[in-house]
Amino acid sequence: MITGDLDDSERSALDLVTMVVAQAEPSPTFQPEQAAILRLCQAPLSVAEISAYLSLPFSVVTSLLSDLLATELIESRAPIVRATLPDRSLLEAVMHGLQKL
Amino acid sequence: MDFRSSDTITGPRSEDVLPTTATAAVKVVIVGGFGVGKTTMVGSVSEIRPLTTEETMTQAGVGVDDNAGVETKTATTVAMDFGRISLSEELILYLFGTPGQERFWFLWNGLFEGALGAVVLIDTRRLEVSFDVIGRLEERGVPFVVAVNTFPDAPHHPVEALRRALDLPDEVPMIDCDARLRASSRDVLMTLMRYLHSLAVPLA
Repeated sequence: MITGDLDDSERSALDLVTMVVAQAEPSPTFQPEQAAILRLCQAPLSVAEISAYLSLPFSVVTSLLSDLLATELIESRAPIVRATLPDRSLLEAVMHGLQKL
Repeated sequence: MDFRSSDTITGPRSEDVLPTTATAAVKVVIVGGFGVGKTTMVGSVSEIRPLTTEETMTQAGVGVDDNAGVETKTATTVAMDFGRISLSEELILYLFGTPGQERFWFLWNGLFEGALGAVVLIDTRRLEVSFDVIGRLEERGVPFVVAVNTFPDAPHHPVEALRRALDLPDEVPMIDCDARLRASSRDVLMTLMRYLHSLAVPLA
């Protein structure tokens, strides 16, 4: 789907639920914010959770993450978004998971 | 919880850390007016304590929500609460509770565009808030179901009467719920998923 309002290509690549995993250990040479992100993302974490735990606005976090992505200090996995034709097997997996709640 | 140094950063509790296999995320947006129970619903089904992501809106003189003051400033912080459900070792569902005003929707990239669908949570005492939300979702082609949060002091209307009042197409599911209850909120999400499933075309 073309959204039209996403003219900033770096930011638009990161969704609230893009999953981020660190590829490096934080070290003293990093900026505090970068080190904090690397520490948080030793296990997978969404961009929204990073924003919440760091108490930083979403746009600030996406900007920090873009820098970390560019230097390959983190890896990101884009979310599964709604397709023009929804994917039945995905929806079935969601329902299966909800039934266990 | 101001950002100070890396030593003071909080993070997920150890039991909230996702497995390394958790790489596929999907999202659902719960949208409704102020006080309708969005955060309550997020909290009742979330496996983590609901978290808050913020964004700064730089327009002048904009109230944050229906009950906000009208003070004029250059930057307003808008908050959105969200929760998480691990559906399997790989698949994670995130739920975002967002205000009904469309001007907030642009603060977070692709909030609705990337969502599987939306839940419009309504309070029968303030139906007028829902008209605009429903219209906007229809315009954007976001599939949604309508959940009527049952407040003890709210008048109870039959679902079909509400459907007419909201001018809602017959195919859009409506369901009564109690957002405080996990099972009830789960049923709302199941209703949305079944609806999305019915919209899906089987693979040729």
